[in-house]
Amino acid sequence: MKLLSRWPGIEKLKREKIFILSLFLGFLLVVFVCITLGNMFYKQAEDFSGLIYAAKDPVVLKAIGISIAAAICSTLIAFFFGVPLAYFLARKEFIGKSIIESIVDVPLVIPHIVAGIALYGVFIRSGVIGAPFEKVGIAFIDAFPGIVIAMLFVSFPFLVDAAREGFKEVDPRLENVARSLGASHWRTFTKITFPLAFSSIFSGAILCWARGISEFAAVMIIASLPRSASILIGERFTSYGLSGLPGIAGSRPISVLLISICLVIFILLRLLQGRRRK
Amino acid sequence: MIEVRGLDKDWKEFSLKDINLEVKKGEYFVILGPTGAGKTLLLETIAGFHIPDSGEVWIDGHDVTNLPPERRRIGFIYQDYSLFPHFTVEENIEFGLKLRKSASQDTNRKRLEEIMDWLNISHLAHRYPATLSGGEQQKIAIARAIAIEPSVLLLDEPLAALDRRTRDYLREELKRVKRELGITMLHVTHDQTEAMVLADRIAVMMKGRIMQVGTPYEIFNKPQNEDIADFVGVENILSGAVGSNENGVAEIVVDMGYNIFAVSDYHAGKVKLFIRPEDIILSEKRGESSARNVIRAKIEEMSDMGPLTHVRMDNSLVALITKQSRESLGLRKGDEVYVTFKATSVHVVR
Repeated sequence: MKLLSRWPGIEKLKREKIFILSLFLGFLLVVFVCITLGNMFYKQAEDFSGLIYAAKDPVVLKAIGISIAAAICSTLIAFFFGVPLAYFLARKEFIGKSIIESIVDVPLVIPHIVAGIALYGVFIRSGVIGAPFEKVGIAFIDAFPGIVIAMLFVSFPFLVDAAREGFKEVDPRLENVARSLGASHWRTFTKITFPLAFSSIFSGAILCWARGISEFAAVMIIASLPRSASILIGERFTSYGLSGLPGIAGSRPISVLLISICLVIFILLRLLQGRRRK
Repeated sequence: MIEVRGLDKDWKEFSLKDINLEVKKGEYFVILGPTGAGKTLLLETIAGFHIPDSGEVWIDGHDVTNLPPERRRIGFIYQDYSLFPHFTVEENIEFGLKLRKSASQDTNRKRLEEIMDWLNISHLAHRYPATLSGGEQQKIAIARAIAIEPSVLLLDEPLAALDRRTRDYLREELKRVKRELGITMLHVTHDQTEAMVLADRIAVMMKGRIMQVGTPYEIFNKPQNEDIADFVGVENILSGAVGSNENGVAEIVVDMGYNIFAVSDYHAGKVKLFIRPEDIILSEKRGESSARNVIRAKIEEMSDMGPLTHVRMDNSLVALITKQSRESLGLRKGDEVYVTFKATSVHVVR
């Protein structure tokens, strides 16, 4: 101890005690994530041929394609309806605003299996929403639109919340000045407000998309067919475990494939966003 | 020309109560008031950013009360410049120009260059706002606002966030905008010097109401009530009763027990007296002066305010004297002095 107290950095460290504790505790979480994913990748790397096999399996590729496509669709829908809602919530004060905001966040707090059950009741052929869509030939149960709906329900709050915060950060005075310079409200929105909030909206959209792809429970209830990636992974795990059997890809290689593709897309989008910001 | 008639508006914690104003064409009009008086709300309502609860706004003879801001032909300048951060200086100034349907690209370009030249900001054309100093940013904001040739320019504390030198410089630029472009200026501020230097006329605004409208001289020397007097820096506010009046000069017995002569039409009754501290002269000897009021007093407190010294006497009168006269008189706390001021320097109200 005596030796330690002579070390010149010790006084500084003493003053930073709380940060050192924070770093230690927080670091455990980071390690938790790294070990979990790292282990999966490492184990799969040992069985590289299994990964190649999965990557060539049309069933696997189709499932991943469906997941990505459905998540893009749900994100676009969330964008189309969510951005106006976010702008309204960011700019207007009204009675019941906090109720609306809470309703928007409800999907974040209810168990997703429950969300699936609730959606099922509404989107079945005789359901409140399912019935009218049935008439124009759109079915949800065990169909692609059903996957989109399930993903939308659980993921749109991410986009709305991020967009709302983004709009709040745009000073309303900038909008006022634009109006005074002769810009209509619409033009002010498209030229000033939206571009300035875009970075936040884009981050929200990425989160929304990623959350959509990851959805399992709600998708399983409403549309386990066509098989999307998470459903396929679930099935393969219960039937064939992690590594699978000869001729059948297990749950792990599909998982590794899915998150690799998602990470690549995610990183590309972030890079794109970074360049835009410059 | 701006006319505001019977304007009422409640918004958040601010309110406007029965505002009536008339700003003449080409006039530099300043609304002076303390923080929270509703000055910004008034300006934003004139600009059309808020819809009034009742009343009308007229610009250049047109009722614009129900027109959106983009159709009012106004320029608006905020304290924090409010430049579009994602546009370059040039794009900021061009923003309004491009929205004018009538003008061609060439005329817009010419106008842009003309304005940047006129304000001496051409060298900043391709910079982004975040890289500019406060003074530069405010110049761009002025350029952007006047580019569209507005008939009125509304300025919300435009100099408040700047350092003194930049403020003095931009004050001159604003005068130039008014003088050379003939734009009607409506400027709100809490800064008395700014109001005094810039204004053709001043309106004092407090608690959502216009309290007094007049020339800078009238506002600073003849405030209509105690609140205004206090706000515009009249530090001597006394109560008294008129004893007599001879040829328009009233002799008033103040509550502290001495008499003050003032130019006034009042012949009797209780009154308030306002005397600006800089109108009071201090001397060691009774000088040969035509001033009617010479009162003997003891210095109770002196505080150095840089070039000026604030002197409080035991009869509660306050004087502002220059550093030079303080030194030449050798004034110290406890000294007996003669307090001298003219009867015309005393403003009397009921």
